[in-house]
Amino acid sequence: MKIHEYQGKNLFRKHAISTPDGIPAFSVEQALDAYNQLNCGTVVVKAQIHAGGRGKGGGVKLAHNRDEVKALAKEMLGMTLITHQTGPGGKEVQRILIESGANIDKEFYAAITLDRGREMDVFMVSTEGGVEIEKVAAETPEKIIKVWINPLLGMKSFQARKLAYGLNLTDSAFKEATATFMKMYACYQATDASLVEINPLVLTEEGHILALDSKFNFDDNALYRQKDIAEMRDLSEEDPMEVEAGRYYLNYIKLDGNVGCMVNGAGLAMATMDIIKLAGGEPANFLDVGGTASAETVKNGFRIILSDENVKAVLINIFGGIVRCDRVANGVVQAVKELGLEVPVVVRLQGTNAEEARTILRESGVSIIPAVSMKDAAEKVVKAALGE
Amino acid sequence: MSILVNKDSKVVVQGITGSEGQFHAGQMLEYGTNIVAGVTPGKGGQKTLDDSVPVFNSVEDAVEITSADTSIIFVPPPFAAEAVMEASFAGIKVVVCITEGIPVHDMVKVKRVINQNGTRMIGPNCPGIITVDECKLGIMPGFICKKGNIGVISKSGTLTYEAIDQCVNAGLGQTTAIGIGGDPIIGTTMKDCLELFEADPKTEGVVIIGEIGGQMEIEAARWAKDNMSKPIVGFIAGQTAPPGRRMGHAGAIVSGGDDTAEAKIRILKECSIHVADSVADIGSLMKAAMENK
Repeated sequence: MKIHEYQGKNLFRKHAISTPDGIPAFSVEQALDAYNQLNCGTVVVKAQIHAGGRGKGGGVKLAHNRDEVKALAKEMLGMTLITHQTGPGGKEVQRILIESGANIDKEFYAAITLDRGREMDVFMVSTEGGVEIEKVAAETPEKIIKVWINPLLGMKSFQARKLAYGLNLTDSAFKEATATFMKMYACYQATDASLVEINPLVLTEEGHILALDSKFNFDDNALYRQKDIAEMRDLSEEDPMEVEAGRYYLNYIKLDGNVGCMVNGAGLAMATMDIIKLAGGEPANFLDVGGTASAETVKNGFRIILSDENVKAVLINIFGGIVRCDRVANGVVQAVKELGLEVPVVVRLQGTNAEEARTILRESGVSIIPAVSMKDAAEKVVKAALGE
Repeated sequence: MSILVNKDSKVVVQGITGSEGQFHAGQMLEYGTNIVAGVTPGKGGQKTLDDSVPVFNSVEDAVEITSADTSIIFVPPPFAAEAVMEASFAGIKVVVCITEGIPVHDMVKVKRVINQNGTRMIGPNCPGIITVDECKLGIMPGFICKKGNIGVISKSGTLTYEAIDQCVNAGLGQTTAIGIGGDPIIGTTMKDCLELFEADPKTEGVVIIGEIGGQMEIEAARWAKDNMSKPIVGFIAGQTAPPGRRMGHAGAIVSGGDDTAEAKIRILKECSIHVADSVADIGSLMKAAMENK
């Protein structure tokens, strides 16, 4: 799960990490109120969407007075912001952050995330802040300083010092930086984050360390014990069909093709998408219906898949293990009858009681195209999508 | 022969009185798995599964009374990480964790603990492990397997069954099949399993099934190139997956670079692994590899 920058900065404040004063706004009036409250002359107006690269896309701008704040708020609220992370469709800006400006001396990068290879969290900092860190990592990897944190011991102060020395900091700025890094790790731990990133983390002209940005990702598996974090979820940032699917405990991701698919298991679902493509079609979605594949699940799966108007045919691919194919077949027949489907449906059931399942489908009277192997199923559904 | 588990494994089922635990413990017993104990805190002293399996309050008690050396875990996600640690500190040698949805922050700690204690963990979020006709530790349908000389390693559940089914249809049975799980942190990696299969005299060929995300397939392939004498067939799911999206398995997310399907397929081929471009070709490719070795 992701959150907005202003929500991340609230988490920083909770953990005593310095960040500029700022107030979120959902309307022009709120933006002006926020400007009055901040009472600081120059402010930054920042579009709040769940994607990076906002500055380049025109989503981060300076305002020096009330009129400029008003103009920028009008311009940004409701605009579609396109960055390298939003995809070509962009994202509509519904919230902005009004934040007091800072006098920047130096810009750094700081982040904590899981290093899957080492099976430990890694804390990274760089003197090359404010720019695309992927570029720095690829071109000048020596400019990224890393420490790996033993999960049983937690972060140690010598590690924080190594990071701060790496940024060439001295005196009080050095002390502030090491304290900031320790607090960042505490915040990462306390919130079950999978990523905390500050880009840029700045040294101000006054000599202080300040988080000018915040980016958080959270582990969905831990949301059950992170109620405060779960409440920050902004559903308008997510695909409405994926949100809907989540209500039925289905794992759905919309793609751009015209062949819908419904599969049990994530790996088999990906392999099914791949074989549709190999057969000359384009998958319209990823949909993992999980272990049960009951009539209810299949019905909900159909509803989600067919709400995408591009879908011209659907492939159901179930490998029955503990879940028996004859039960799945009955579910499919029931769902097709109840929903009165108009698109062709290819069904491939393999595993426990597959023979009985084929008989059920054949004798059901509903028009289902049966298939035996995955190759057979993919070829049939691609043909069906072409209207052949 | 086989790897990790066999008919002599003495199995304790953690979470045996829950609905999942009950159902699958019954299925495993039916398969012939030597289940000697169950653990549910607070229910020690009872007997379950038609009075055939004693229930203990702790893994420590179960080990002391029954000499259990292998554990399978069906407890819910908030308690699963501790269940693994409990088994590890009780001296269990092989722990299979079926539970899906354990927080990553918990798993990094678990991984350290089991490494220090020398415990072998399979999973979490996996279908388990099966040594054909000897021991089933997991939720996979045992009947699809046939005894033979192929080892199977996979990140996925149903996709593993698909591969096993294709191999059986091609006349190839299995020694042991392992679902290692699709989470970012897992107990036993693909490379670990390859090492075990290479050392197992009964296994003559191996199928590896990977997917987008992480570096595990590449690590396994590079190791195999220098150390593996037995033929390997590989498949990578997720060629059509869009970058930046999580596809069901927490680990199946492409962040760019070496973890795309294309990059993995290329590196597997470079390491002399027979890569199936289509999932439908896994069985026939394995057959051809066994005939030509």
